[in-house]
Amino acid sequence: MSEPILKAEHLGITFGGLKAVSDFNMTINKGELVGLIGPNGAGKTTVFNLLTGVYQPTEGAFYLDGKKMNGKKTYQVVRAGIARTFQNIRLFKQMTVEENVLVAFNESFTYKMGGAIFRTPRFWKQENDMHAKAIDLLHIFGLEGLANTEAANLPYGAQRKLEIARALATGMKLLLLDEPAAGMNPTETEDLLNCINTIRDRFGIAILLIEHDMSLVMNVCQRIQVLDYGRTIASGLPEEIANNPQVISAYLGADDDTESEEAN
Amino acid sequence: MKKSMLSIKQSYIVCVIGIVVLFGILMGVCETGMVSLYVKGIIMTCCIAVIMTTSLNLTIGVLGQLTLGCCGFEAIGAYSAALLSKLLIANGVVMNDTLRFLLVTVAGGLVACVFGVLIGIPALRLHGDYLAIITLGFGEIIRVVIQNLKIAGGEGLDKGQQGQALIGIDRLANLYVVFWITVITVVLLFMFARSRYGRAVKAIRDDEIAAGASGINITYMKVLVFAISAFFAGIAGGIFAQYIGALTPSMAGWLQSINYVIMVVFGGMGSLTGSIVSAVGLTILPELLRAFSDYRMLVYSVVLVLIMIFRPQGIFGNWEFSLPKAINRIFYPKGKKGAKADTTETAEAKEAKHE
Amino acid sequence: MSNQVIMFISQIFNGLKIGSVYSLVALGYTMVYGIIRLINFAHGDFIMVGAYVLMLTIPAIIACGMPAWLSVIPAILVCVAVGVIVEKAAYKPVREKGNNMTALITAIAMSLLLENGSQAIFGADYQTIPTIIQIPSIAIGDLKIDGATIVTVLLGIIIMIALQLFVSRTKQGKAMRAVSEDKEASILMGINVNSTITLTFAIGSGLAAVASLMYCISYPQVSPMMGAMLGLKAFVAAVLGGIGSIPGAMAGGLVIGVVESLTKAYIGTITGGVITSAFADAIVFGILIIVLLVKPSGLMGEPESEKV
Repeated sequence: MSEPILKAEHLGITFGGLKAVSDFNMTINKGELVGLIGPNGAGKTTVFNLLTGVYQPTEGAFYLDGKKMNGKKTYQVVRAGIARTFQNIRLFKQMTVEENVLVAFNESFTYKMGGAIFRTPRFWKQENDMHAKAIDLLHIFGLEGLANTEAANLPYGAQRKLEIARALATGMKLLLLDEPAAGMNPTETEDLLNCINTIRDRFGIAILLIEHDMSLVMNVCQRIQVLDYGRTIASGLPEEIANNPQVISAYLGADDDTESEEAN
Repeated sequence: MKKSMLSIKQSYIVCVIGIVVLFGILMGVCETGMVSLYVKGIIMTCCIAVIMTTSLNLTIGVLGQLTLGCCGFEAIGAYSAALLSKLLIANGVVMNDTLRFLLVTVAGGLVACVFGVLIGIPALRLHGDYLAIITLGFGEIIRVVIQNLKIAGGEGLDKGQQGQALIGIDRLANLYVVFWITVITVVLLFMFARSRYGRAVKAIRDDEIAAGASGINITYMKVLVFAISAFFAGIAGGIFAQYIGALTPSMAGWLQSINYVIMVVFGGMGSLTGSIVSAVGLTILPELLRAFSDYRMLVYSVVLVLIMIFRPQGIFGNWEFSLPKAINRIFYPKGKKGAKADTTETAEAKEAKHE
Repeated sequence: MSNQVIMFISQIFNGLKIGSVYSLVALGYTMVYGIIRLINFAHGDFIMVGAYVLMLTIPAIIACGMPAWLSVIPAILVCVAVGVIVEKAAYKPVREKGNNMTALITAIAMSLLLENGSQAIFGADYQTIPTIIQIPSIAIGDLKIDGATIVTVLLGIIIMIALQLFVSRTKQGKAMRAVSEDKEASILMGINVNSTITLTFAIGSGLAAVASLMYCISYPQVSPMMGAMLGLKAFVAAVLGGIGSIPGAMAGGLVIGVVESLTKAYIGTITGGVITSAFADAIVFGILIIVLLVKPSGLMGEPESEKV
């Protein structure tokens, strides 16, 4: 195997004395689909926020393709190749579905302000090319027919998909999905599952997935890492995780009280 | 179906023709003496208001950040232009009047733009109410500083006296030139808003965090928009200085800025058409209703509240008038369906027509 | 004591006097912002409304043989009514439909409405208010402290303590804090959010009326625009103290008052005439800008951040 796409070493963050995540280690290789699970408030989303530059780690480091990513702002991390979706959907609501994707294509455009103002041939060529690429991408998710719909008017499932499509449009190497199946019914989840498999095969990217739907995680993930109270309590193949007593106790609350506070 | 529609090129030509016709009408009424100096003055004021309002709309409507300091930049532009104009004359620089007017005006815009960047970088770290109040603060500081600059009072330059109106500015503003500056401003803003830049700006308006997660450099885009708005405000100020011939620091006050915010909000958040219509309308209306001038702001404030309650996106929302579209609708009524399917193409060709 | 020290101390007292007025107004800003996250631009104009009520009612009150300061009661009643009407008629409908920006524009519009409304009724000129109260000054050695200053500062402190007790001890006060923490959760806890917001506006407006009395004791004149700059400075005070914090508003107001007073007195000398006292307003806004950029949560406020 070549160099891993993502490598996190002893990553941690402290909020006012509270260790939200500590000693987080993870390696993801090209084309891998890794699951990140854990009870509510275990620090999963915080890990995502660390990996996308929303928060800066107070300890440790993480590398994308061997390049250190600490201290980079969100847009820099995204341009380097880590894109994400959000637990609570964040679309550009007043823009059309196509525009949502085009925004993420922004870095693929090379025309400058002058090109935009004088409507140079390069401007038209790129705008047309990107339009075609956006429609292609929407096609994968079955959204091409809704290209001119305002994002706010999409049904819930389509909003989730559009968020993934938009993340893909950034041209990333590693995709972070934060509970993509939350609030979906079984059919929609099934549909989403197919989508995730398609994009992984087609784009050859690595995916890190946070999910509560255990059947989804067990089905699609090649490896799973379990967080509890910001610490990794287990990591391994799905079947290993399913039988790990520590994981079971974390989920079922074998300790007398395992309700933890959301770190932020 | 497609044949009956105007192509992109044709749409542009139609727009250019539309603007030229408008200019022809303007020239016609001016040259034949159909309108008085007073009316010409109103048209000039309309142009200044259009430049201010459309550029402010980029920040308020498209970027979604309320600023209350636009007149601070207008004043910076106006005073810079006025002082440069005086400096040129004092040093005996001889050049064509139009050229000097343009040079001085653009210089005013550039100075305002520099201040836009300097103020924008710290201020744009804040959002919403805080941004509004900090820009108001900057505007007031600009006003107080101008008031206390020796160079910005009396005859200006070495003869300056602080706390006085700056007078004796060469009145070079020519209505035709100003008309074309206004046209160029609106076209530039339109082209900017309908490009990848405009999309990025709208994305920031809709969701800043998601915009960052889509690879948009938020700080850069915000400062860029702020600087563009400041630049055109400075241009408007430069024109104003060379039209009126005298300046007072009160032009930088926040009540003046709110006047333009009202125009933007009336017209519609993000609509250039709306900004143009409301800038012209709200400039002419008070002139027509001179008798009620005491109650102007009273009426504005009531209407403003009503708009916020019943139509918060403004009268035109983000709708744009497009001459080619209108022509398509009139001459090819059957082509309506084609127009829908073709929106992605024609949307790029849309052009805000003037007045 | 040398003349200069006396001069310095009396400048501080001057600052505390106007600072107490800022504090009371800042309390209104802070409470309203805390509960509905809106800068109530019209709040400064409530002072103006209060001052006009004082102007109109003082002669009548005196004619009835009562002390002039009792006219603060009609002023409070009118201000509370205006505040509650503004909230019910404008802010509430906009809040339910629009976003932050539309709410802020509405607040600006209400401010313009009050200013221009009073201008239409009373005219744009300054009008004088009859003397409200005569308090002898107190002399400590060579230092003379204006009686009005002492009354103003004491009144400010008493009101702040009362308000702090109200917010921390009473049921309605606790409801206010709950609503400002989390509106949805408050509804679930059975708190009537709308009436709590109305109560907040009523208290804030009432305080503005008291502030107008305090202001008019020292500066007995009124004009339609008197509230605009006063309100802005009070807002700066609220931000400085930390928006949402009652002691913060009080402290912020006093600091702004003292800084302003000292600036006017000394800035010319300190900077060798480069910056003159005419810059006092700019310096107040300069403070605002520095606070917002360095510590937006102010001296006593709690930081806010958007959850991802």
